[in-house]
Amino acid sequence: MSKDIRIKRGLSLKLEGEAEKELVKAPRSKTYAIKPPDFHALVPKMVIKEGAKVLAGDELFFSKYTDELRFTSPVSGTLKQIKRGEKRKIMEVIIEADPEDTYKDFGKMDAASSDAEAVKQRILESGCGAFINQRPYDIVADPKDTPKAIFISAVSTAPLAPDWGFILKEKQAAFQEGINALKKLTPGKVHLAVDASSAQYLKDIKGVELHNVKGPHPAGNVGVQIHKIDPINQGDRVWTVNPEDVTIIGNLFLTGNYIADKTVAVTGSEATNRKYFATKIGVEVADLINKVDEDVRIISGNVLTGFKVAYDQHISFFANEVTLIPEGNKYRAFGWLPFTYNNIHSNSRTSLSFLFPNRKFKPTTNLNGEERALVVTGEMEEVLPMDVYPMQLVKACMAGDIEKMENLGIYEVAPEDFALVEYVNTSKIEIQDVIRLGLDLMITEVG
Amino acid sequence: MEWIRQRLDKIKEPFAPGKKYEKYAPAVNAIDTFLFTPNHTTQKGSHIRDAVDLKRTMITVVLALVPVMIFGMWNAGYQYYSQLGEAFTFWEALGHGALKFIPMIVVSYAVGLGIEFAFAIFRGHEVNEGYLVTGLLIPMIMPIDLPLWMLALSVVFAVLVGKEAFGGTGMNILNPALTARAFAFFAYPTYMSGNQVWVSEASNVDAVSGETILGSLAAGENVSYGMMDMFYGIIPGSVSETSTLLILVGALLLILTKVGSWRIMLSAVIGAIAMGLIFNALPSLGIPGNELTNFPWYGHLIVGGLAFGIVFMATDPVSAAQTMKGKWIYGFLIGFLSVMIRVFNPAYPEGVMLGILLMNVFAPTIDHYVIQSNIKRRKKRIQSATTQVKTAV
Repeated sequence: MSKDIRIKRGLSLKLEGEAEKELVKAPRSKTYAIKPPDFHALVPKMVIKEGAKVLAGDELFFSKYTDELRFTSPVSGTLKQIKRGEKRKIMEVIIEADPEDTYKDFGKMDAASSDAEAVKQRILESGCGAFINQRPYDIVADPKDTPKAIFISAVSTAPLAPDWGFILKEKQAAFQEGINALKKLTPGKVHLAVDASSAQYLKDIKGVELHNVKGPHPAGNVGVQIHKIDPINQGDRVWTVNPEDVTIIGNLFLTGNYIADKTVAVTGSEATNRKYFATKIGVEVADLINKVDEDVRIISGNVLTGFKVAYDQHISFFANEVTLIPEGNKYRAFGWLPFTYNNIHSNSRTSLSFLFPNRKFKPTTNLNGEERALVVTGEMEEVLPMDVYPMQLVKACMAGDIEKMENLGIYEVAPEDFALVEYVNTSKIEIQDVIRLGLDLMITEVG
Repeated sequence: MEWIRQRLDKIKEPFAPGKKYEKYAPAVNAIDTFLFTPNHTTQKGSHIRDAVDLKRTMITVVLALVPVMIFGMWNAGYQYYSQLGEAFTFWEALGHGALKFIPMIVVSYAVGLGIEFAFAIFRGHEVNEGYLVTGLLIPMIMPIDLPLWMLALSVVFAVLVGKEAFGGTGMNILNPALTARAFAFFAYPTYMSGNQVWVSEASNVDAVSGETILGSLAAGENVSYGMMDMFYGIIPGSVSETSTLLILVGALLLILTKVGSWRIMLSAVIGAIAMGLIFNALPSLGIPGNELTNFPWYGHLIVGGLAFGIVFMATDPVSAAQTMKGKWIYGFLIGFLSVMIRVFNPAYPEGVMLGILLMNVFAPTIDHYVIQSNIKRRKKRIQSATTQVKTAV
């Protein structure tokens, strides 16, 4: 039985460059990389040295403060390089891949009939714990916690986001097995959100509480769904998993191997081969996209929450899409005049773009202005469908006022929920960053 | 355009970080961003951004002000010539008003922007665009004959005490333009009230009598203007407050562009009507009332500065309430109090200025209670969650 969630406030951006629904096998990359900074607040501790041989599923590093949390190699090969940044912080762990993967054997297991503790151990030792995120704070889940529920959103409302129904089509059995395993981790429910356009097989998944989501972005954000279904209170722990990562967990139980398969959609107005690519976690960007110049921004993820990557780098751990849009490093004469440059979308009505609701826009990375003090009110509420006062919460985060942040609902939000708020903000303040810093402060002060 | 861009880049060279005049960069940047939207790209967070920026928002308000401003200049000339009984053309009237009004704009912008630039350099942030609107609003709500030095002093007070003392744009409690008017009103009452200031040259030419309608009403005199004159705005008053028709045009632009809050405007009108109706109902309750209380409720909407204040002052997002519910309460009380002050206190025939300033002070309190209800809801949820757990155990 499914329940309906209707979201009214929000904004679905229509952009040029959707990926065609055609699955192509990407060439095998020479190297694959796991980037510890993809896991916020993680302090990695390496277990092997450069030059060591690894199987797919062999441990690379673990979390210094939560040592059950292991991170494993997506492919078999040789550890080529540990790239370090400032203060010797580990930025990338690069593995030179063998031509064919050999897997570490964890042994098959039927999740549904197994003991909960054994399921948890299996997930952790294989490195699948990395797929499980925790709310509040939007960090990797601590295995010592017991979440009150697990949320999976198979709804994509973000601009140019990949279609989960298409990605999961061939992986139905693994998805079901993954759900069976996740069910063991919580005494509560596993919630799965779908929308009207979702394939029937997603609606037939067993063992979940099904929710029908309807409305504009950020309706597909798991944070918004949690807020509507079972809001997080102080002290609660809720876990979230991306739909495709559920299939990796499922495959672990079905085959006994850590098969780090990822489907990556190549999207954006500057991409030429806009398709879905079957590949592995941490693949080289160059193996997915056409060669581009410096005037194109490569985003690992979507335009609202993704990370900037270079052509010769690897995609991020959680990314299911690569977006290519033009850089906007050009001056525009009298760009401040209202009703000019109507080819740039605006949620305000100072651009005539609102007259063409079905037009697809081709945005650049231009900031379209400069950072200013917060002046305009009411615009943030329009795109945040939560019972939270966004401007007041942002100001509380800026001031570092913990009590106020708590009162205003900091536990219920993640930076990605504020991505649209950041997009529409007249004062061009980096709001996702402000929320992230606020959450970090809560981690250190409250924990 | 390309040539200008190259020249600008050349001029900006000594202001670059690490160069000799780095400190003064905000001043040069302000001029640069006025010509070109900068080539800055997103670095963190969302990679794409909305087309709107603060400059665009502020310029939209300035555009909404232009019709009232031009009408105000013409009306200044019209009042002058028609009271003298001289024949005149449209252009003569406009010219007379422009000669009086344009120096006021120049003084307001020069003094105000001077202070803004100085503070930007001193504090090391970019120049905020808020003053583009404030600087135009201040002369528009002053009498046409106000000496320029008084105008300049009011601007200094408004920007320094009203805005910068609180931390600059976005932090001020009071609307800066109204702060300027309040300063002039209380510091130089003889120039800001009475019947000698509202028509150009009224104090120099005996034939001219520049009584405003609210002034006449307060004095218990008959009003010689019809309701339609008041609506079109061919009456004495502050430069731009008179034409309700053109204020409505501005309001329409603000509402359509979502720059001005329609909630505040609507609720303020409702508040003013409510208070007006209460006063109009007094005779039926056996209280005779006076000229002001018996002035029809719809008249209150079109005379004086009420319409202008509601559309352009009350909607200032910084000094107004910031929450949706708060905006309804804030707007309603502005309308309600403005008419109340008008009627009850003949010494201040125009209550809008005080009504809005008063509500500016109360806006954070209104917001506080609105937000408090959200916080209570959240705390209640925790309580019900814990009791559920207890009963389950």
